[in-house]
Amino acid sequence: MRAPTQRYRNILDFALSSLLRRKGRNLSLTGVYTLVVFVLASLIFFVQALKREARELLVQAPDMVVQRLVAGRHDPILAAQAEAIRSIRGVLEVRPRLWGYYYDPAFGGNLTVMANEHEPIAADAVWIGQGVARNMRVNEGDLISLRAYDGLPMLFLVQKILPTESELVSSDLVLMAPRDVRSLFHFPEGLATDLAITAGNPRELPTIAAKIVERFPDARPILKAELLRTYEAVFDWRGGLMVVVLGSALLSFVIFAWDKATGLSAEERREIGILKSIGWESSDVLLLKFWEGTVVSLTAFLSGILLAYVHVFFFSARLFEHALKGWSVLFPRYRLLPALDGYQLTVLFFLTVLPYTAATLVPIWRAATVDPDAAMRT
Amino acid sequence: MIQHPGILALLLASFLVSLLLVGAGWQGLRILHGWDLKSGSEGQLDLERRTYLVSTLVPFALVIHFLSLFLFIFTADNLHTQFVGAMCAAGSLAVNPFGYPALLANIAVCLVAGMWLILHRADTQGYDYPLIRPKYTLLLGLVPLVLLETWLQTRYLTGLKADVMTSCCGSLFGHGRQGFAAELAGLPPRTMQPAFWATFMLLGLAGLVFLRSRKGARLFALLSLGFLLMAVASLISFFCLYIYALPSHHCPFCLLQREYGFVGYPLYGSLLGGGITGLGVGALAPFRTRKSLVVTLPGLQAKLAWTTLALAALFTLVVGIWMAMSPLRL
Repeated sequence: MRAPTQRYRNILDFALSSLLRRKGRNLSLTGVYTLVVFVLASLIFFVQALKREARELLVQAPDMVVQRLVAGRHDPILAAQAEAIRSIRGVLEVRPRLWGYYYDPAFGGNLTVMANEHEPIAADAVWIGQGVARNMRVNEGDLISLRAYDGLPMLFLVQKILPTESELVSSDLVLMAPRDVRSLFHFPEGLATDLAITAGNPRELPTIAAKIVERFPDARPILKAELLRTYEAVFDWRGGLMVVVLGSALLSFVIFAWDKATGLSAEERREIGILKSIGWESSDVLLLKFWEGTVVSLTAFLSGILLAYVHVFFFSARLFEHALKGWSVLFPRYRLLPALDGYQLTVLFFLTVLPYTAATLVPIWRAATVDPDAAMRT
Repeated sequence: MIQHPGILALLLASFLVSLLLVGAGWQGLRILHGWDLKSGSEGQLDLERRTYLVSTLVPFALVIHFLSLFLFIFTADNLHTQFVGAMCAAGSLAVNPFGYPALLANIAVCLVAGMWLILHRADTQGYDYPLIRPKYTLLLGLVPLVLLETWLQTRYLTGLKADVMTSCCGSLFGHGRQGFAAELAGLPPRTMQPAFWATFMLLGLAGLVFLRSRKGARLFALLSLGFLLMAVASLISFFCLYIYALPSHHCPFCLLQREYGFVGYPLYGSLLGGGITGLGVGALAPFRTRKSLVVTLPGLQAKLAWTTLALAALFTLVVGIWMAMSPLRL
């Protein structure tokens, strides 16, 4: 059993030394290869991490939100409808929610103003997210001023700044008492922005949604599962779009690899000629070239992945976060949680190593089957 | 089409595999047409050189194909969140009529490809290219199969459309598509259980007979194919009930998920591997009398038969352990 493995090891040994002999050429190839893997890997890791983040965010979202549509647009809903919906079998809880967007001209961004439902907040006091605090440069105990619907300023005391852990959800959030929300936006009593619904059994949600639409034809129920599906589709679409755009880079890399593999230097040809004339068979030379390709591919693949990992999870994918995340002034600052799985690595392997290897097969064969005398004569 | 990186990877892989195999098939056609080992002409030397090209291209393409079978199933599983009513790959594959045919074609290509690799291996052991004709004829048969598989898979993947929210209507309920979440019914465990054990015993018996007397290679090959089919049917019928510990869940794909310790991979891997090696024993049987293979072929066949038996035993052992450990008793 020792002989065959010994043969592989010897040829691998020879492959490594022959790679080192042509350091410049192979380093440039590995460098470009690494770069291609790095860009694609960053993209895939980033999209995956965002999808996971969205999934975890939505865990806290209500099972279903019911909005009202007027002329195809989202409109405040009658809080009284909550009672009617609560009477539908399977509905556990209906909460009218009161929230809206406030455009702050000072730093040109939107805040999400929301009535706090869980803990009461004193009148004229607010709890704000980290992003708001950062942009307005305020601390707990400071006063902030918001312009009410009629243009008059309203002063609020910053009672609490929401913790950093929840920043992804709460960065642009301003929580206040329901009465303050109503006076800030001139929001009529008896109306709510939407209704949040919890069901006893999530499997009944589609039926409940159907009953709501039947009873209130102008209502628009949105299920959490649909939100999740839409987020996944949007992130996949953005990621896939970038992969397609990067496809041209990949193609140029494949052409580059093909060119490198085809253009054997005279020295290399002579080397193969000598090897064959001292008794190497074509299959041995093929194996040698195969090992060389494997070493280059593995080095580039592993270092590309390592760099992408650092880029995405330590530097939050600086290079293309704006293309993928969307744009906003009040972007939360957060670090993505490292998440890697075999599936992503396999996809990456298919997208990078596969085309590279396929492009080099024919040139390798040409090199390996060259006649020794012809090779040495050139 | 969903622009999921996994889908793009699969499309790329299947196009590359098709391209490489069409190229190899073209070389194969030239070799079949002009092959004459006795001649020392320039043309024959060139053809001999081209056999190296084929034996570089095809194994690479086929290995990629094996990997892409698993990537295909995993991607289908990964996408199930985007379709209403789909709980795992079973639902995603049913989203359009090309899903299951694509999967079956994929598996068929794997089996034929495995046989080709075995023939190729036997061929390289003889000094005079003893299997050159059967090998390249099989390759020419493999090419249309791969093209068909590529077409089905491309139709399936490009025809996927995520059920996302639209602005006019939030909910997609009442789409009337709950149908495909329906459970695979499966055959009755009462009859399947004894049938599975009987097939397993028969395979073992045929294997031992073959290994002792070198007779019955074709019967063994047939039985190993039978075992593959029987094992898949039994897996759906009753083994998976034990694994899921649910008396009504017959899905063959959930086995691949993390919750069940990825047990599907060793199970399907051993079944596919065992099917290939078992069929290989039969595929080599007609060539035992070739002069240059008389010495090496029996050894290779024995190795394949042992592998088949070992993989069948591994499958049975794994499902047996799950059955024993499962809280479910049927």
